[in-house]
Amino acid sequence: MDWLTTVDHKKIATLYLIAGGFFFGIGGIEALLIRVQLWKPMNTFLNAQQFNELITMHGTTMIFLGVMPIIFAIMNAVIPLQIGARDVAFPFLNSLGFWTFLFGGLLLNLSWFMGGAPDGGWTAYAPLSSTTYSTTHGVDFYTIGLQIAGLGTLIGGINFLATIITMRAPGMSFMRMPMFTWTTFVTSAMILFAFPAITVGLVLLSFDRILGANFFNVEGGGNPVLWQHIFWIFGHPEVYILILPAFGIISEVVSTFSRKRLFGYSSMVFATILIAFLGFMVWAHHMFTTGMGPVANALFAIATMLIAVPTGIKIFNWLFTMWGGQITFNTANLFAVGFIPTFVMGGVTGVMLGSAPADYQFHDTYFVVAHFHYVIVGGLVLGLFSGLHYWWPKMFGRVLNETLGKIEFWTFIIGFHLTFFLQHFLGLIGMQRRVYTYLPNQGFDMMNVLSTIGAFLMGVGVIVFLINIYITARQPAGVENDPWEDGRTLEWSIPSPPPEYNFKQLPLVRGLDAYWKEKMAGHKEMTPAEPVGPIHMPSPTIIPFVMSVGLFIAGLGFMFTTDDFGNSFLNFMFNKYIVVIIGLGITFGSMIVHSLNDDPGWHIEPEEQGGKGVEA
Amino acid sequence: MTTLQAEQATENLPHEPEKATLEGRNKILGFWLFLAGEAVLFGTLFATFLTLRNQVADGPSASELFSLPITAVATLILLVSSLTSVFAIQAMHRADKKSLLTWLTVTVVLGFSFLCLEIYEFYEYVVHYGYGMTTSAFSSAFYTLVGFHGAHVIFGICWISLLIGQVAKKGLTVVTAPKVYVSAMYWHFVDVVWVFVFTVVYLLGKVVG
Ligand code: HEM
Ligand SMILES: [Cu+2]
Repeated sequence: MDWLTTVDHKKIATLYLIAGGFFFGIGGIEALLIRVQLWKPMNTFLNAQQFNELITMHGTTMIFLGVMPIIFAIMNAVIPLQIGARDVAFPFLNSLGFWTFLFGGLLLNLSWFMGGAPDGGWTAYAPLSSTTYSTTHGVDFYTIGLQIAGLGTLIGGINFLATIITMRAPGMSFMRMPMFTWTTFVTSAMILFAFPAITVGLVLLSFDRILGANFFNVEGGGNPVLWQHIFWIFGHPEVYILILPAFGIISEVVSTFSRKRLFGYSSMVFATILIAFLGFMVWAHHMFTTGMGPVANALFAIATMLIAVPTGIKIFNWLFTMWGGQITFNTANLFAVGFIPTFVMGGVTGVMLGSAPADYQFHDTYFVVAHFHYVIVGGLVLGLFSGLHYWWPKMFGRVLNETLGKIEFWTFIIGFHLTFFLQHFLGLIGMQRRVYTYLPNQGFDMMNVLSTIGAFLMGVGVIVFLINIYITARQPAGVENDPWEDGRTLEWSIPSPPPEYNFKQLPLVRGLDAYWKEKMAGHKEMTPAEPVGPIHMPSPTIIPFVMSVGLFIAGLGFMFTTDDFGNSFLNFMFNKYIVVIIGLGITFGSMIVHSLNDDPGWHIEPEEQGGKGVEA
Repeated sequence: MTTLQAEQATENLPHEPEKATLEGRNKILGFWLFLAGEAVLFGTLFATFLTLRNQVADGPSASELFSLPITAVATLILLVSSLTSVFAIQAMHRADKKSLLTWLTVTVVLGFSFLCLEIYEFYEYVVHYGYGMTTSAFSSAFYTLVGFHGAHVIFGICWISLLIGQVAKKGLTVVTAPKVYVSAMYWHFVDVVWVFVFTVVYLLGKVVG
């Protein structure tokens, strides 16, 4: 119950981590099933329909329900601590964002049990996603589930933006913010501008399917290419929404474990902003083969390749940070260091794909699959593992086991390269993507076997990580404030795990790497910026949970409005929009209840705050 | 809160009560951000409409369908309602609860009249001309864009009505003031979007064809 009503950013982080981890597991199992199907030619393990459902759900689940929430978990756990705040700007909305994500994700996965999962690819291109070609309710689960989950992401983005703008500790100017806070800030801004586009896209697609509208239906004058534009004007920035937080994590980890400040801090900030800006300018590089014409193709190709410049700046700054540093290779840093060359490879193939004429060759082959997995898995997932190992002691008061961590790292990264490195060549010799099987003796056979073995090795790595969590959780908690001893930013100046109110007294920030600066000046703690006093806390509330349940019900209701259940009661409930109205009624009703009850919150008095107080 | 307390709260109100607390300032900032997202949302809908506005299939085209006088009146009503919500905020800054409530009520009434005109318009198209969502890509885009705006108006009406009740009951305080302020921001936004709707959908449709 406590967990259903919490508005504490640290607990919400844990919720995001559990739910995201759960969906990541599902996406992983889907990936393994795909790989089992492809391990030999003419395999009959899956049929074409099942294969389509699996790749669609794998891609969708991984991106929207797996890695995004794990990013949000880390952001929630870390951002308020890094900027010296007691919580996020809107704790209520934080909880709402989590629950809408979870119920959206559950709705999407319900499709497996209710007559068929979405099968139009994670990009849901029209007309494949139209009722003509996708006859089950699968795509409806996709549009509505993602709609509800996307709402949560948008809320989260707005919340982080407001938090970082208004809740920074005294003295923390923008140019003193830790790099992970910076990337979170920029990522949230990108979410704010990218997600409304997909919101509209999903509305249009569900109107086409459920209300018989004609947006993407050529017979009624609609335009399928419009879907591609809307999808990718969201979809390409989404890639950077995923990768920028990983950049932030790597910056923190590399500098901590090199015992040096991040090289070129201001150029890192500048590069982050530039990447975000360019990220919005290049969406049509996914559409070179759609027939946009040579001028558009050339412009989008050039804009795409420009992104290599700020990205290159970042890579060199990490290398210079390590240069001459006292490097510690623990698990967190191994993942960070492993990230750098892997991500560079993904970037290089990205530039190759960005060349329009070359893309005519690569398009829809395994070369593309290899490229984006190098970026998303070799970039983001390695970054997430690094961040989880790095902040685990802060979040849970326990350091993860190093031996297991190293086993995890090596199995995962070897498995990863085995799986995806070969897929570049599979693509170059012509193996098509999204096709459920292939003929023997085209030179594909051996590489596919190895690729499948690699995928299972990655699975082993993930399982070792889970074992590590389990074993560590059974040991007593109680690490120091600063278990790495080289912590540079504010989160390391408070106990692990932090008390409910984070900072007993808000700290005074006197420079970049605030905590490190104090340590170098011989201080053990941050100088407080305020006297000890009662701390105001928001009250827990069940309303976000109820609101999300309402949306879930309304979504299901909307999806089945045109169905004939062969049962007059059900027909009445669904066809007359009664279920939709009930669901929305629950959502808006609880919203009204929330707005009528002004939450006065509660206070933690100084006597209850423990530890010794310091006069300001 | 008792009535007495509410009266007192109104009397000791700071000059800009909506910005007096951190929560209030956060709310306003958060709302600006939300509106930025809304702007992208409507931007995408407008782009869709512009792409599809000539795709009438075998349905009527914009110039055959629209009647400018009705929409012009609707536009006028909505613009005036923006003005009255400005009056409401000015009243709030004078800590004049009564006139605040009056102006909010006027705003709601104007919003409601606008809505009635819109419903009448849709009713005409759907029932008299048999012109619906499924007729053509143009009709889909039209109903979606204008309908989205209409849904925003409905939401605004419900929201402001609720706030009228709340302010009447709890008084004008540093808790209610940011809510009123934010709802006025929302209302202006909805009006601005309508100006674009009027230009891009109706004027362009009628004049350029
Ligand atoms: C962990 C090991 C993973 C393996 C073994 C794996 C394997 C695969 C395979 C075999 C495909 C199908 C390719 C095709 O036929 O088109 C695929 C597609 C895809 N994967 Fe993964 N994947 C993994 C992780 C991830 C992660 C972490 C993400 C994203 C965060 C991801 C995102 C995608 C996407 C977006 C697609 C495209 C789906 C589509 O074509 O609609 N994958 N993956
Ligand atoms: Cu892209």
